Amino acid sequence: MNNDKKKVKKNPNSPASKRARREFLRACVAGTGITGLAMAGWLPVLAQTETPLRPPGAIDEKDYLASCIKCGQCVQVCPVEALVLGDAVDGFGIGAPYLDVRAQACDFSCDAVQCILACPTGALSHSVDKKEEVTMGLAKLTKPDNCLARRGQGFKGQARGAAFDGLHRYSEIDRWTPIKVSDHEYDLEICDLCVRECPVKNAIEMVPMSEVVGDKRMTPVVKEACVGCGMCEMMCPVEPTCIEIESGVKWGAA
Amino acid sequence: MKRFINSFQLMLGEKFVRPSKDTWTDGAKEMHAHKKTSDQVAIRRQAIKEEIAANHSSTKWKKRRWFSIILINLLFILSFQFDIQLVEGALTASRFIGFHMADLNSALQVVLAYKHMDINLIIGTVTVFLIWWVLGGRTFCSWVCPYHLVSEIGEILHLKLVDKGWIKDHPMDRRIRTVLYVVFAILAFGTGYTVFETISPVGILSRGLTYGASLALIWVGILFLIEVFYSRRFWCRYACPIGLTYGFVGSLSPMKINYNLENCLHEGECRKVCLVPHVLDITKMGYADDVSIDVGADCTRCGMCVDKCPTQALTFKIKGLDGML
Repeated sequence: MNNDKKKVKKNPNSPASKRARREFLRACVAGTGITGLAMAGWLPVLAQTETPLRPPGAIDEKDYLASCIKCGQCVQVCPVEALVLGDAVDGFGIGAPYLDVRAQACDFSCDAVQCILACPTGALSHSVDKKEEVTMGLAKLTKPDNCLARRGQGFKGQARGAAFDGLHRYSEIDRWTPIKVSDHEYDLEICDLCVRECPVKNAIEMVPMSEVVGDKRMTPVVKEACVGCGMCEMMCPVEPTCIEIESGVKWGAA
Repeated sequence: MKRFINSFQLMLGEKFVRPSKDTWTDGAKEMHAHKKTSDQVAIRRQAIKEEIAANHSSTKWKKRRWFSIILINLLFILSFQFDIQLVEGALTASRFIGFHMADLNSALQVVLAYKHMDINLIIGTVTVFLIWWVLGGRTFCSWVCPYHLVSEIGEILHLKLVDKGWIKDHPMDRRIRTVLYVVFAILAFGTGYTVFETISPVGILSRGLTYGASLALIWVGILFLIEVFYSRRFWCRYACPIGLTYGFVGSLSPMKINYNLENCLHEGECRKVCLVPHVLDITKMGYADDVSIDVGADCTRCGMCVDKCPTQALTFKIKGLDGML
C-alpha cells in the first residue's frame, strides 16, 4: 500500500511474526475445512443412482441444481405441500425441492402449475403451463403380483389407512380445498384407485386381463400421457405400493 | 479515490497503514498538534478517567437492530406459517408483496453455475442491489441476517468466557475471506453447482426458520460453538462471502458511520466492540488523516461503536442529509 514507507526488516522470531504465522496457519486450516465441507456436497449427487423426483417444469437435473436458488417459494404455493426441500444429506441438492410422492403426490389441485410460476430463476421452466405438459417421470407397475385389481379384488375403506396425512382435492366434494385422503372412504368392487384418482386424462387405464366371462381381473396400464405426478403411487392401498414413479424417465425411452 | 481504494484493500484483508504526516489535511495536522499539547493531554486523561468511572454504554442501536433482525425474519416465518404472504420465500430469494427480491450472493452463485439469468432473477437482483447500495451493503449483515444474531449471542458468551480467563480468542489472517470468495466463485463456475449454498449458514438458517428444522442446522450449531469457544465472530469475520458481496455493493453508499477526530478521546473502546475493528483503526491516536472520515466499506453499520462512544465521535450519517439521525 505504501511503497515509500521505510522497509523494516522483520525478525522471523519476533512475537508479531509468530502471531502472524499462527493467524495465517489458522486461516489456511479454516479455509481448507470450509471448502472441503462445501465440496463434500458433491458426493451425495455423484452417489445417486436415480435422480430425485423433481417438481413440475424442472429442467435437466444438472441445470436444475445450478439454477435453483434454494428459496422454497414453490413449496409455499403448493396447496397440498407436495414439495419438500433437500437437506444436508442431499449435498448440492440442499434447499432444492423434490417430491416424496408416496407421502404426498402432486394432484394439480392448484389448477395451473403454481410452483413453476413461483420459481424466480427458471429452475422450473415457464415453458410448461399446463399439467399435461409436465414430464416429471413415468408411473410403472413395479409389483404387479401384489396389485388388488390384478387379483380381481375390490377395496373398501380409507385408501392409506386412518393415520395417513396425505391430501387430495376431490373435485366432487370440494372444488377448492384439498382434504385428507383418510377422510375419504371407498367401496370399490375392483380396486382402481390409481386410475380413479389420476389427475391427467388418458394417462392410465384399467384393462381386463382376459376375455373370459366372469374373470374380474384387471390390470392398470400406463399410457403416454402420464406426467409422473405420483397420484397413483400415493393412492395405491397395498403396502408397499405396487405402482411407482420412475423419475426423469420419458415415454419411449428404454 | 485513494481512501476508497484503501477501504477496499482493508476489506479484502490488508492491514491498515498509518497515513504519513505529509498526506494529512491541514485540519488534521492542526487537530493532531492541538491534541498533543500538554493541557489537552491532561484534559483527555481526566475525561477518560471519568468516562471509565461512569461506564458509558448505550444499547439504543443494538435494540433497534435486534428488533429489525427479529421482525424481518419473523415476517418470513409468519408469511408461510399463517399464509400472510407478505414476504414469501427465504433470504436467498423471496417476494415482498409480490415483488421479486434475490440475495446478491445467492444470485451470483446461480449465475456463475447456471450461466444464465432469468428475467425475474434480474429484477430481484437489481432491486436488492439498489436497496443495499442506498442503505450500505453490509447493513444487510447486522440488520437482516439471522446468523448475525446467533453470532452476536455467541460473541457475548465468548467474551464472558474470555473475561473469566477460561478461553482465549484465536484471530486469523483476514485475507482468507477474500480467498474463499474467489474459491467459491471459481467452484460455482467450474462445477456448475451452487457449491457455497451447501454450507451457507444464512440460507440454512433462513430456510430452517421458514420451513422447519433440518439436519443442516447442525452445521450452524458447529459454527456457533467455534465462535463461542475458539474464534470470536469466526464466520462473519473470516469466512462469509455474502458479507464481502454486500461490502462491495455498499462501498459507495451514502449511509455511513462518520468519525469525528475532534471529539475522539482515542481510548479504543469502539474497536473492542466492533465486528470489523480494522475499519476503526482511524480512531487510533495519529492515524486519522482528516478531521472527519467516513468509516470504510467493511463496516456493517451495526452501531455498536456509536452506542459505545462516550463523546459522539462516531455517528450515523447520511450523505447530503447531515444531522437527520
